[in-house]
Amino acid sequence: MNIKELEKEQNEGVDTLPSEERRKFLQIGLTVTGVFLGGTVLSLASVKNAKGSATNVGSLLPVEGQYPYTKHYSMAIRQNHCVGCEKCMEACVETNHVPTGHGAWRTKIQERVTTVDGVEKQEFRPILCNHCNRPPCVRVCPTKATYKDPETGIVKMDYSKCIGCTTCMAACPYNARYFNHDKYAIDKCNFCLDTRLAAGEKETACAAACPANVRVFGDLKDTSSDVYKVLHEPDNKIWVLRPETGALPNIYYTNA
Amino acid sequence: MDKNALVDMFAQTEDTSLATPGMNRATIIFLILIVLGLGCGVLSFIFGHPAIYNTSRESPWGILIATYAFWAITSTGLCIYAAISHLFGGTKMAIVSNRMVWMSIVCIMGAFATIGVEIASPHRMIIYNILSPNPTSNIWWMGTLYGLAVGCMIVEFFGIVSGMARIAVVLGTAGAIAEVLANSCLGGVFATLPSRPYWYGGQLPIYFLTAAFLSGACATILFNWLAFRIRGAEMNDAVKSAMKSAGKAMTMVLILYSVATFWRLIMYYVGGAELGRLAAGALINGPLSVNFWVIEVTIGLIIPLLLLILSRLSNVGMMAFAGLLVLIGQFAARYDLIVAGLMVPADLGWDNVATYGGYYPSFFEWGVIVGSISVVCFGFLLGERVFGKVFTQKEH
Repeated sequence: MNIKELEKEQNEGVDTLPSEERRKFLQIGLTVTGVFLGGTVLSLASVKNAKGSATNVGSLLPVEGQYPYTKHYSMAIRQNHCVGCEKCMEACVETNHVPTGHGAWRTKIQERVTTVDGVEKQEFRPILCNHCNRPPCVRVCPTKATYKDPETGIVKMDYSKCIGCTTCMAACPYNARYFNHDKYAIDKCNFCLDTRLAAGEKETACAAACPANVRVFGDLKDTSSDVYKVLHEPDNKIWVLRPETGALPNIYYTNA
Repeated sequence: MDKNALVDMFAQTEDTSLATPGMNRATIIFLILIVLGLGCGVLSFIFGHPAIYNTSRESPWGILIATYAFWAITSTGLCIYAAISHLFGGTKMAIVSNRMVWMSIVCIMGAFATIGVEIASPHRMIIYNILSPNPTSNIWWMGTLYGLAVGCMIVEFFGIVSGMARIAVVLGTAGAIAEVLANSCLGGVFATLPSRPYWYGGQLPIYFLTAAFLSGACATILFNWLAFRIRGAEMNDAVKSAMKSAGKAMTMVLILYSVATFWRLIMYYVGGAELGRLAAGALINGPLSVNFWVIEVTIGLIIPLLLLILSRLSNVGMMAFAGLLVLIGQFAARYDLIVAGLMVPADLGWDNVATYGGYYPSFFEWGVIVGSISVVCFGFLLGERVFGKVFTQKEH
């Protein structure tokens, strides 16, 4: 078809296009320009195949087909839905037997007051281990006491190998690690792998306890999962914390 | 080697002129201080590290890591100068190089003593550093290389006292290479953490190596001056000449280190991460400013440089005092670097967190420092007493 014939065709518009087609079109744009969702998101590549980032420059999300783990557990945090009730924190402590004292916590809610157009606005932000794809804590550990689980992508601890040098705590961009006095080792969130997922539960304790459905947990590799849908909805602006560290986190924030 | 041969060897190396009540008393005092000081650290294994040390989730490293880095860097410096003297021969510092090898071993022992009570489970380190090594970990390489270096230096020193020159030179060179690589990895421990912009970047490993050349020259002059002082003896011309060479090295590296410090701090004010700029601000006009301007810069850099000029590199006492001041400044520099790197919280702006975290050393942490200094002082006196004759030999 030459250009003159094309000009005679009536524009069919985008309203009639199925969302799947629109998404494909966006993905073409992503591949060509390297910019996804208005350039608000950064690159993410698998830890084993870091070249993935080169083909997905500008995107936070892994390139499809290049997921390095059998499952790729992630969490989308719908930040504007959080009311700071802290039920997630209580559920985490109870489920994972997080000790009290010595600054021990696996997840918490941060709070701040900002002023927008002269109006004060209170914000809450849940934080936890980001289970990074390039986890700085894993790289620095001298004894492989902390490692990336190849099955799930979860950053786990082998307490018996931890020498307590605390380098992982210094290396973590997210202050996600603490000294567990009971285990006499460094401890952290493991997405309830041993306490819930191993028992067949589909959600972490914090996600299950949230009355506002702030935390959307699941396998990012599963295109039918809620976390996949939230993160792949073109209208949802997504961001991560401290992207400049290059850790490629798996906790995504959105105001969806 | 049978027992008699060992006794004979010590008979040939010991300096009986130091078998005085005063020396014995000083040695015993330092031994007691080791027990008391490191005892403070041992308490952490009884009552728990978080109860004894003031480190926290937000500031997991404190003054004990600074002390470790200080002794490790000083050890590297001493080892490098000794190896250069041994390897190339003929340098003026060769005459004191045996003492430098010994003090390099002693300083690394001071470092090991500190880190041994700082980390929570050293027994796991011994097992899993071997069974489960992580080649991407700077800490693993640093520990392994320092361990290798001290092993090489101990065999080297045995070669020196037993007159096996070839072993001493080969192992001395291997030890120095291991020390330099270990020092580089020590810098890398901090330099490779993008989460801490005050540390992150390629400069730190070179900065640490420069600090090693500086501290090594200072320690060489200080310990040699002390060695003659405790004997009440005058330095002969050859040793004075060695001190002059060490003084030249000290002056030159002092200037290089000052330049590196200046540019390192300027960099945070011309762009880059805000967390790095805030951390630098802690030194420039924040909670660490007295440490920085008074101890690091004035006592540790400016006054020693003036003293070196005044000494004309011939007044060894003045040079030794300058060396002591630089070492005090270097200790403060290690402390400021580590504390500043951790004291600005990454979640600034949330939860009303203060711009600067509030780490300060606990009583027990100071106790461990007294213990580690005593390890080095005890090692110095022990070396002079047992191997004194070896230290005054020209070369092996």
